[in-house]
Amino acid sequence: MASSALLLTGEQVAGIRRRRGFDVSMAVFALLALCLALLVVMPTGWLLWYSVTNDQGQLAFGNWLALVTDPSLRAAMGVTMVIAVSVAALCAVVALPLAFLIARTDVPLRRTIRAAVTASFVTPPFLGAVAWEVLAAPNSGLLNVWARQIFGFGRYQHLFNIFTVSGVTFATACYTFPYVFTLLTNAFERVPTELEDASAVIGANRWRTARDITVPLVLPALLAGMLVAFLQALTLFGTPAILALPAGFNTLTTKLWSLFQYPPQTHLAAAASMPLLLITALVLWGQRRVLGDRSFVVIAGRSGTTRPIALGIWRAPALLFCAFIMLFPVILPYFALFKVAFVHNISEPLAWQNLSLEHVGFALWGISDTQVALKNTMLLGVLTACIVTVVVLVTGYAASRRLVPGHRALPVLAMAPLAIPGIVMGVGLFLVYTHPPLMLYGTIWIVLIAFVTLEMPGGYQQVQAGMSGLHPELEEASRIFGASRLRTLIDITAPLLRSTIVSIWCIVFIGALRELSAAILLANANTQTIAVVIYNLNESGDMGPIAVLGILLMLITFAVVILVNRLPMLGGGR
Amino acid sequence: MKRRDIMITRRGALGGAATALAAGPAFSQAAPSVTPELVDAANKEGKVVWYTSIELSMAGAIARSFMQAYPKIMVQTERSGAERVLQRLMQEYASDIHNADVIESSDITSFELFKDKGWLAQFLPEEVKQLWPAEERDSDGHYATVRATLNTMGVNTDLIKSAGLPKAYADLLRPEWVGKLVKASPNYSGVVAVSTYILVQTIGWGFFEKLARQQVMQVQSAAEPPKVISQGERPVAVDGGEYVFLNYKHKGNPIDAIYPLEGSPLISGPAAATKDAPHPNAARLYTSYLFSLQAQQMMVDQIDLRSFHPGIKEPAGRAKLADLKLLRASPQALAAGVEETKKKYTSIFSV
Repeated sequence: MASSALLLTGEQVAGIRRRRGFDVSMAVFALLALCLALLVVMPTGWLLWYSVTNDQGQLAFGNWLALVTDPSLRAAMGVTMVIAVSVAALCAVVALPLAFLIARTDVPLRRTIRAAVTASFVTPPFLGAVAWEVLAAPNSGLLNVWARQIFGFGRYQHLFNIFTVSGVTFATACYTFPYVFTLLTNAFERVPTELEDASAVIGANRWRTARDITVPLVLPALLAGMLVAFLQALTLFGTPAILALPAGFNTLTTKLWSLFQYPPQTHLAAAASMPLLLITALVLWGQRRVLGDRSFVVIAGRSGTTRPIALGIWRAPALLFCAFIMLFPVILPYFALFKVAFVHNISEPLAWQNLSLEHVGFALWGISDTQVALKNTMLLGVLTACIVTVVVLVTGYAASRRLVPGHRALPVLAMAPLAIPGIVMGVGLFLVYTHPPLMLYGTIWIVLIAFVTLEMPGGYQQVQAGMSGLHPELEEASRIFGASRLRTLIDITAPLLRSTIVSIWCIVFIGALRELSAAILLANANTQTIAVVIYNLNESGDMGPIAVLGILLMLITFAVVILVNRLPMLGGGR
Repeated sequence: MKRRDIMITRRGALGGAATALAAGPAFSQAAPSVTPELVDAANKEGKVVWYTSIELSMAGAIARSFMQAYPKIMVQTERSGAERVLQRLMQEYASDIHNADVIESSDITSFELFKDKGWLAQFLPEEVKQLWPAEERDSDGHYATVRATLNTMGVNTDLIKSAGLPKAYADLLRPEWVGKLVKASPNYSGVVAVSTYILVQTIGWGFFEKLARQQVMQVQSAAEPPKVISQGERPVAVDGGEYVFLNYKHKGNPIDAIYPLEGSPLISGPAAATKDAPHPNAARLYTSYLFSLQAQQMMVDQIDLRSFHPGIKEPAGRAKLADLKLLRASPQALAAGVEETKKKYTSIFSV
């Protein structure tokens, strides 16, 4: 009797202990899911409400009607769709061969090419647009000046014109394709050679192997990448802000921007961002429909490593191909930026006697904002990257292991900010955080919240890609040995996901450094970032300092990314 | 290079002068609204928040010279484009956040609105009340023109020789200028919205309808056309701030401003202290400083702005306001008409 009572107590204790361990991790997951929901739902909800009300706060559907009836809005929607679809296609066409060569073959200088892709990713799109303006404006563009010298064109004849729909598409794709490239290289690297070998052993030829093994494993990443590229292009403000207006058209984002000019038509702007939200929702839903039931576990307990394919005589042409691709997002634009940064006057050619450090001095010490902005940029970049990494890892894990009720909503929530243009998100957050209970306006924290929200999708994409290939069997083994879920996560899952974690951190960090449109609304003199300083310089036409700060931004990002990749954490740096 | 170096040295010299002037009796005589009591009260507040859209290095220079004159008061400069400054202010006031002490921008239409909403203090320095022309200060004493510029045409003198220079807006409609023009858009720039409204009153929409057939390159801000013609991307600018054209010229770029025969729209940039200023005394002191001869002369010397202070020494070689044909519109007319102008402009130019 007594012993039986003792036994019961023992069981109860074990039960309680197990339950408590379970509860803690569940509470963490639930709390994070809730935070995510608040972060995304609050501004989105505000947006919805504003789109169906007028300035007096009454219900009004005129704004929605204007979407259909206003010809300038219709035209903007049309051209935005054309650009977004073309950008996604162009990115896929460029990134697929590049990612394959880098991830699966022995093409020379792989690290350098990867670094070049990182450089194009690091480049804020509006800075790239400024550089392409210098390169390919029809009359003054350097490429056209050279073309005139080579082919003997007349003064107003040109070869390239960046101020066109195709020009905007091209300049957007230059700084969007790294999203596709990164997802694809991750996918290619995870295709285990042993599966392909097995296919070869049972007599399949190279094409058959590619079709049955490689393509199905890489296709989800390609689609996910194109999706990100499409949505990025859809909501991008920087590139069209520089290039679309001179070309004589508006995209949805520049149209939104003009709606925020004095006097601001906030309600119409909210309605005008609804198509972006709807399209994103549709695309994400479509992606689930297409890829939802197709999952492949490639990292299991025993997994082979990938072996690079020997290119033989094709090594040199492959390298040339990679270099040619990198000409457009990196080599030419940075050449242009260097010229603008170190030549005294914009009208002078690049020659020894015209070189000067005037712009460098002015950008670093002449503008009192630069130093504050540098400090803020670093602080925001690092904090945003750390927070988003933790949040997306945990939510991604909770979603893929179906740990919390409503886990299906998690990916949608995490991806939703993709559909909200930064400028609209900025206004939404402004309204949310200037009212009690959360009065954050004027502090750097509101900028941080904006960045965390806006960078969530980029991070979540990475985690989804990394997590889907990770079989639970290793975690289950750990749990069987008595480790709690959190301990398992830290000891087993995180090290397996090391490269994913590092890439999430870097992508988010870079994204935060590139972010412009929300920062411009939420930051003030003490909380502004380098991107805001650059934008203000652009308004006053100070090209030299813009180029200096742009180059500086790239150098800093590079230093940080290299540092993070070498951190002796989670088994890195070996 | 030369220009910026000069500016920096001159800044130092002026800073010294500022201290001397502020301490000496000359300054208080010229601006009797700056009383020792006001300075004391402002010193206790210790800070002034200045919302401005003035040129970047100019904003820094003015703030520094003020802090040299009044070392106990820190100037927080919130500088951005005119439209961004106004947008921020409207956002903040809509949420009952009163950060700004002094507002200053190149968009006069919004100051009418601020006044109507009761956001501006009824305060103008004595200097302005006595010396400023009546049309350059609000009749109820809420704001006045702290700086002005003209909206002019501009030309790249390397690309267009003097024989072929356009002299009037009407000249730009000739076939030789197809594909050669650049112009800022009133939908993004307050300055251009004002000048477009004024030009429509003077030369009519017919001009713009014909201009739209000339394949005009459109840019956002009034500071951009001078940049575009400096680069040689287009040889002729339809509009742009006079001071920006002159600035680029002084830096050694081959460009010049052209004052069209039809007249040049005058763009008045007002300043005002806010009614609910968090630092009300510092706000009044700073507003007085912006209108003082010293600050006004800095704006004229360093970035070629126009001032209505009669004591200003005009820089050599610049056309005097009195010798130019100026086109004006009242702030009330602008506030009422600009929105319609923008809509019509979009229907003509599609952006």
